[in-house]
Amino acid sequence: MYSIGIDIGSVAGKAVIFDGKEVIGKKILPTGWSPKETGTKILADILKEVRIERNQVKSIVGTGYGRVALPFIEKKVTEITCHGRGAYYLDNSIRTVIDIGGQDSKVIKLNEKGNIVDFLMNDKCAAGTGRFLQVMSNALEIDISELSQIASGAEAENINSMCTVFAESEVISLMAQGAKKEGIAAGLLQSVANRTNGLVSRVGIEDRVFFSGGVSKNSLLKNMLEKKIGVDIYSSDLSQFIGAIGAAVIGFEDE
Amino acid sequence: MRPKLMEQVEELRGINSVKIKEASEGGKKVVGMYCVFSPQEIALAADAIPVTLCGTKQEPIEEAEKELPRNLCPLIKSSYGFAITDKCPYFYFSDVLLAETTCDGKKKMYELMGKIKPMHIMNLPQTAEGEEALEYWRKEMIRFKSFLEEKFGVEITEEKLRDAIKLANRERKAMKRLHELNAHKPAPLTGMDMMLAQWLKGFNVDKEAGIRLIEELIEEVEKQIEEGKFAFDENAPRVLLTGVPIGSGSEKVLKILEEAGASVVVLENCTGYKSLDVMVDEEKEPMLALAEKYLATPCSCLTPNTARLDLIERLAKEYQVDGVLDLTWQACHTYNIESFTVKNFVKDQLNLPFLQIETDYSESDVGQIKVRVEAFLESFIETAK
Repeated sequence: MYSIGIDIGSVAGKAVIFDGKEVIGKKILPTGWSPKETGTKILADILKEVRIERNQVKSIVGTGYGRVALPFIEKKVTEITCHGRGAYYLDNSIRTVIDIGGQDSKVIKLNEKGNIVDFLMNDKCAAGTGRFLQVMSNALEIDISELSQIASGAEAENINSMCTVFAESEVISLMAQGAKKEGIAAGLLQSVANRTNGLVSRVGIEDRVFFSGGVSKNSLLKNMLEKKIGVDIYSSDLSQFIGAIGAAVIGFEDE
Repeated sequence: MRPKLMEQVEELRGINSVKIKEASEGGKKVVGMYCVFSPQEIALAADAIPVTLCGTKQEPIEEAEKELPRNLCPLIKSSYGFAITDKCPYFYFSDVLLAETTCDGKKKMYELMGKIKPMHIMNLPQTAEGEEALEYWRKEMIRFKSFLEEKFGVEITEEKLRDAIKLANRERKAMKRLHELNAHKPAPLTGMDMMLAQWLKGFNVDKEAGIRLIEELIEEVEKQIEEGKFAFDENAPRVLLTGVPIGSGSEKVLKILEEAGASVVVLENCTGYKSLDVMVDEEKEPMLALAEKYLATPCSCLTPNTARLDLIERLAKEYQVDGVLDLTWQACHTYNIESFTVKNFVKDQLNLPFLQIETDYSESDVGQIKVRVEAFLESFIETAK
């Protein structure tokens, strides 16, 4: 038997299929305007790709902000619990999870059993999230995937605003003053690292630290965070799927 | 199952706003108050009606922000907004207002509010410790008594004070007994209903009628317990809610908690149990007895405030609590700072899960709060496995 975890985030919908030991399939789609449609499509797609029938799946667990919109799930679990469980499944020595997604960032502390002992999320704004980097990339007229590459090796400009709207005007005025794109890009990543470090320090860091969410794909940011926090940070190819994996693991264990 | 009498409790809202009008027009004096530090007994002994003033709704905040900073606690903004827009019937019919120097935000707001209506300010000591603090607070009681005597042209005799103390104690005892019913596992009342009953008592114009209704409600709930009718099932996580005061209009987090499946069994805040724990000593000299009782309120505006931790510990045990949620209003420095102390105490000394939610009265962050609250509840269900 199998279980499926579906994580509908603000930017992307992620699904994984789990056989009790391994993740045997994964799928990612842009969330778009309808979490329900995205969820339905991603479920159909993943079943088709791994050639598994719906009746071979004993449990589907939904997570992410769009979880409430999924009509076909057995259970919904918050992304906080799912990220904790997902990271612990990948590596049971993980004690701290830093997740930076599209609209929120969070720090989750786990105990030796993988249970959540504490967590903290960003305030009700886009500061320090993927959305922040998206808006800033647009201002720089680059693609968000190029951010790391462009910023690499550049001297970071100082960006002080935490608010996405104010930071955007700060970026625009930096450009007007003739600052280089590279330096601004580095400054933006540095500001996300600083912001995240603030969250981390409030919860308290415990080794090993795992970095998940779409923003974890940014290797330069990961390095900046490591420097700021002072410990090594681990990531994985499955980083963006960690919430979906946690959901699938929870679904598989539930009887 | 919801007790039938809760409907009558809810109706108090309408009834009281009519009664306050009738009483005022019938020549009764009304003393408007905001806080559980206000000694209602002295107003009762002056043959006046002590009444809680409005301050738990979002609606008048926009108006208040024309004069007050936006980055201020919503309770202060709402209270002031109600006052300047004249939308609170209790404020409208108040002859005088009583306020205290509790937190910085309130005391500076009171300077502005005092221009609208005659206001007496009681100077609350910054600490509850030591003889000097108590003596200072006792003198403030006497000063308030003299203020009312002069304003209303009455004499507040010791006998009247003693009667008032007995009446207020009876009300406290009834509310305390009601609250203690939720120590039962599973809880017979939702936290929402408990909040409503506790909050509405502040507006009771006729205290005797209010006490009777609560006593009847207790009887009904006790019967329901015998019959095995409860508000939640046995597995519902039991939560202690501490932190800032709440009422109708600012119950957002309490509502989210219970909608997510938690049974909020203790309201440790000052609109809940905090003011009911200690009675006024009926044997002692009235002014001293009142000073002692009100100074024993473990509010974050006092320093140190270790009595709050003691109370949380005692209640957590008595009510078999699974987790503690500390609700703090945005820009409420005293509760926000104290939250760190409460967190460490709850986690390290009580070994219970803890979550702080800092918010305001608006609905803008309901989605984010839901995620945090649900994850908080999931964390102790996971641990229980």
